[in-house]
Amino acid sequence: MSEALKVPTMAEYMAEGKRPEVLFWVGCAGSFDDRAKKITKAFVKLLHSSKVDFAVLGTEESCTGDPAKRSGNEFLFQMQAVTNIEVMNAYEIKKVVTACPHCFNTLKNEYPALGGNYEVMHHTQFLKSLLDEGRLTVEGGKFKGKRITFHDPCYLGRANDVYEAPRDLLRKLEVELIEMKRCKRNGLCCGAGGAQMFKEPEPGNKDVNIERTEDALETKPDIIAAGCPFCNTMMTDGVKSKEKEDSIDVMDVAELIANAQDL
Amino acid sequence: MQYIPNIIFIIVLTAGIGYFTKNIRKVIRNIRLGKDIDRTDNKKERFNNMARIAFGQSKMVRRPISGILHVVVYLGFVIINIEVLEIIIDGILGTHRIFSFLGGFYDFLIGSFEILALLVLVSVFIFWIRRNVINIKRFKTLKGWPKNDGNIILYFEVVLMTLFLTMNAADFQLQSLGAEHYAKAGAYPVSQYISPLFNGMSQATLILVERGAWWMHIIGILIFLNYLYFSKHLHILLAFPNTYYGDLNPKGQMDNLEAVTNEVMLMMDPNADPFAAPSDDEAETEPEKFGASDVTDLNWVQLLNSYTCTECGRCTSECPANQTGKKLSPRKIMMDTRDRLQEVGDNIDKNGSFVDDGKQLLNDYITPEELWACTSCNACVEACPVSISPLSIILDMRRYLVMEQSAAPTDLNNMMSNIENNGAPWPFNQMDRLNWSKE
Repeated sequence: MSEALKVPTMAEYMAEGKRPEVLFWVGCAGSFDDRAKKITKAFVKLLHSSKVDFAVLGTEESCTGDPAKRSGNEFLFQMQAVTNIEVMNAYEIKKVVTACPHCFNTLKNEYPALGGNYEVMHHTQFLKSLLDEGRLTVEGGKFKGKRITFHDPCYLGRANDVYEAPRDLLRKLEVELIEMKRCKRNGLCCGAGGAQMFKEPEPGNKDVNIERTEDALETKPDIIAAGCPFCNTMMTDGVKSKEKEDSIDVMDVAELIANAQDL
Repeated sequence: MQYIPNIIFIIVLTAGIGYFTKNIRKVIRNIRLGKDIDRTDNKKERFNNMARIAFGQSKMVRRPISGILHVVVYLGFVIINIEVLEIIIDGILGTHRIFSFLGGFYDFLIGSFEILALLVLVSVFIFWIRRNVINIKRFKTLKGWPKNDGNIILYFEVVLMTLFLTMNAADFQLQSLGAEHYAKAGAYPVSQYISPLFNGMSQATLILVERGAWWMHIIGILIFLNYLYFSKHLHILLAFPNTYYGDLNPKGQMDNLEAVTNEVMLMMDPNADPFAAPSDDEAETEPEKFGASDVTDLNWVQLLNSYTCTECGRCTSECPANQTGKKLSPRKIMMDTRDRLQEVGDNIDKNGSFVDDGKQLLNDYITPEELWACTSCNACVEACPVSISPLSIILDMRRYLVMEQSAAPTDLNNMMSNIENNGAPWPFNQMDRLNWSKE
C-alpha cells in the first residue's frame, strides 16, 4: 500500500470558506476501476507538484450520465446531469478538469443546456496549460527515446477536435512519437464508446479493440499512450490477447509524465 | 412551319422540367414529414460550410483518387451546364450558338467544355472500373438496384458527353464546309479529332448528325434530370442545403431531448404538485413519443440527410463495427431511412394521407442488432463528404428502444440500474467514491 494522497474535497474547501482553482472531476472509472485509479493518482501527483489548488467532489460526485445517454436513456442521463449540476452550481464551480474524455465531452457540451456552464478541460489540455505557464516541467527521464504511439480517444479527438495537447506533452518527454496509420480525425475507435464498454459486442468476426491494437502494434511501440480510461482498458486487453504485455505498456499521458519524474 | 422545332422544343423542355418539379415537390413534402428542428442560426457559418464542403468539395479530396476524379466530373457538370443554357436559348429562339458573339471568349468556353468533357469521360471510365472490376469493398457490397443505379449514372454521363462531342464534331465539319447557318465559332480541341469520321458525308447528312446529336443531348439531359428523383444521384442538388443545414455543434454533443427535460425538471421541482390534474390542452394532446421508431419521428434534417446520401460508403468503410464484421452499416441506415420515407410518401400519394401499413423503420428496415453495435465514435460523421449524420438516427432509435420499449440489451440494463442506484455504471457504492485516495 502506497502512502495516502492528500485529496481535498469541495466540502472541506467550503467549510474553510475557500474556493479551489479547479474542480478535478474523477469520474466513475477513475474512482473505481483498478487500472484507472492509477491514472487518477498520477494526475493528482502532477497537480500537487504543479501546486494546483484543486478539489474533488468525492462522495458527492455521480456518473455524468454519458453511458446512459449514448444507450438511449435520455431520462436517466438528464436525472444524473441535473443532480450533478445542482451540486456543482451550489459550490459555484467555474472550471473543471477530468481525465476521462467521456466525462469531458458530457460536461463541456451537454451540461450547458441543462444549466451547467463551466470551463471544462481534459487533463491533457490542463497539463499542457500548466506546462505553458511554467508550472509543470515535463522531462524525458526514463522514457527518453522510447517509441510511443498515441491512440486518439474518439470523445477527445473527433468529438471535440483535441488532437495536439496530448501529443505536445508526449513530445516534451523526448520520446519518439510514431503515428498509427489511422490517427487524429481518422483514428479508429477502441471499441468502448457508446456504452459498448458495458456490454458484449454484437456478433462479428473480430473485436474492435483487437483491430485497433493491431494498428498500434504495426508501429512497433514500446508504449501505447492513451488519454481515456476506457481506451486504456481496451488497448490493455488487446495487447494481452496478442501476448505482448511483457514488452508493451499501455499508459495514460498523465502516468507517463508522472513516472518520468518518479513522482 | 419554320417554328415547329421551337414549339416542339418548348413542349419537351416544359414537360421535362414540369415532371421534375412535380417529383421534387414530393421530396420536399416528404422531408417536411420530419419533426421540426431549428437550423436558422449562424447563417454565416452555415453559408461558409456550404461553400467549403459542397461547392469546394473539401471533404471529397480526403480520399485523393476518388476525390480528384469526383472534382473533375463535378466541374465538368457545373461548367458544361453553361453550354446547356446556350442550347436552351437556341432551342427556344431557333438560333444557332447564340453566345458566339462573345468571339475569342466563346472559343475559350467551348474549348474548355470539350476538354472537360474528355476528362469526364476518362474519370467516368475509371469510376466504372472501380465499381465493377477492382475489388473495393464499399462498392462490392452494393447489390441489386443500388449497384445498377450507380452504373446507370455513369452510362448517362458517357452518352451525354459523347453526344456533346459528336454534335461539336459535326458542327466543326459543317463550319469548315461553310454551310449555311454554321458560322465559324468556337474552338474544338477534342472533337476536331472526331470530325474526320464524317469525311465524305454530304452536308445534309452532317446536318442530320449535328441536329440529331443536339436533340438527343438536350433530351438526354432532361431524362437525366428526371432520373435524379428515382436515384441516389439527388446529391448533386441536395448536397448544398444538406451542408448548409448540417450540425454545427461539436460532434460529441448529442441533443438533450426537450420533452425529457420538462419531465425531469418537474420531478426535481419540490413545489410541483404530484396530484395535479393535467391542464385542459395538455390532456388532449398525446404525450410526445421518446426517440424514433419510424421516419416521421426523425427531424427534417435527418430526412434531408437520407435523400442527400449518394451511397458512396465512406461512412461504412470507416465504421469500427462494420470493419469487424458486425451488421451495422451507417450507409445502410441512411438508405433504409430513405427507402422507408419514400414508402411513406407513396402511401400518402395513394391514399391522400398516411394509412397505417403495419410497417416502420425499426425492425422492418433497421434491426436492433445493428443499432446496438454502434460505438458512437463519429467516424461515419467525419467520413461523410456532405455532412450527413447516421449517428443521430442511430441514437434516436436507441432512445425509442430504451425509453419506449425498455428493450436494451441486459448488460446495458444492468449498467443503467447501477447508475440509477449508486451513481456509477458498476455496482460500487457512491460512498466509496473517494476510497482510491486512501489506498
